[in-house]
Amino acid sequence: MIDLARNVRLWFAPQKIRDEGTTPDYRFSLANERTFLAWLRTALALIGGGFAVDQFLPDLRWGWRVGLALALLAAGVLCSLRAVNHWLRCERAMRRGEDLPVSRFPALLSLVVAIVALAMVFVVLVGWEG
Amino acid sequence: MTAEPAGGWTRDPGLQPERTRLAWRRTTLSGTVAAVLAMRTVLRGGATVAGVLVCALCVAFWLGFLLVAHSRIRTLAAAHDPATLSPRQAAAAVLCTIALAVCAAALIS
Repeated sequence: MIDLARNVRLWFAPQKIRDEGTTPDYRFSLANERTFLAWLRTALALIGGGFAVDQFLPDLRWGWRVGLALALLAAGVLCSLRAVNHWLRCERAMRRGEDLPVSRFPALLSLVVAIVALAMVFVVLVGWEG
Repeated sequence: MTAEPAGGWTRDPGLQPERTRLAWRRTTLSGTVAAVLAMRTVLRGGATVAGVLVCALCVAFWLGFLLVAHSRIRTLAAAHDPATLSPRQAAAAVLCTIALAVCAAALIS
């Protein structure tokens, strides 16, 4: 994530990415694009989940409701930023013929989703009408 | 990855461009669900002026996303070895998503 700032410049200067290495098989690029889109869908689902917590749990205390919704929205923002950053890193690695970058983001996101889910269970059992 | 057919390029047996096109379609559907939930939030909240403005922003970002998806889908449908997604398109799609999340945060709190 530290090289995010460096990569942001590449988002808006797409011709620079072609300066490095050689163009990979288009099928690999398309697979990379689909992975990017899958992460973007995950981000949109998290954002939709934020709306859903706010809309479909109206009996919840304000703090819990808004807290959970904002946590899901923040996860969605992080997920979409990471999606484009990881897509760019994979694309550059493929052009240079390097190994694809590894990432601990999937593990982190799983943990966050698990924590939010546990919080939901707790809130629905205990915090209801609290 | 199967081998390319000898004697000219007929069709990618893995249907990569089609799969990518459908992935864009699925993603626009996810975006539509989020935008519809945003509208529901505004309408259920009593439709204040600020709420309607934020809702209009949500719809604008949703349309922006549709535009990016549409141009990419057209590129994918036109050629059998389509050009790589440009970082600018990827950034535009992601910025629309983030803007939607920011609108959501404004609507909820």
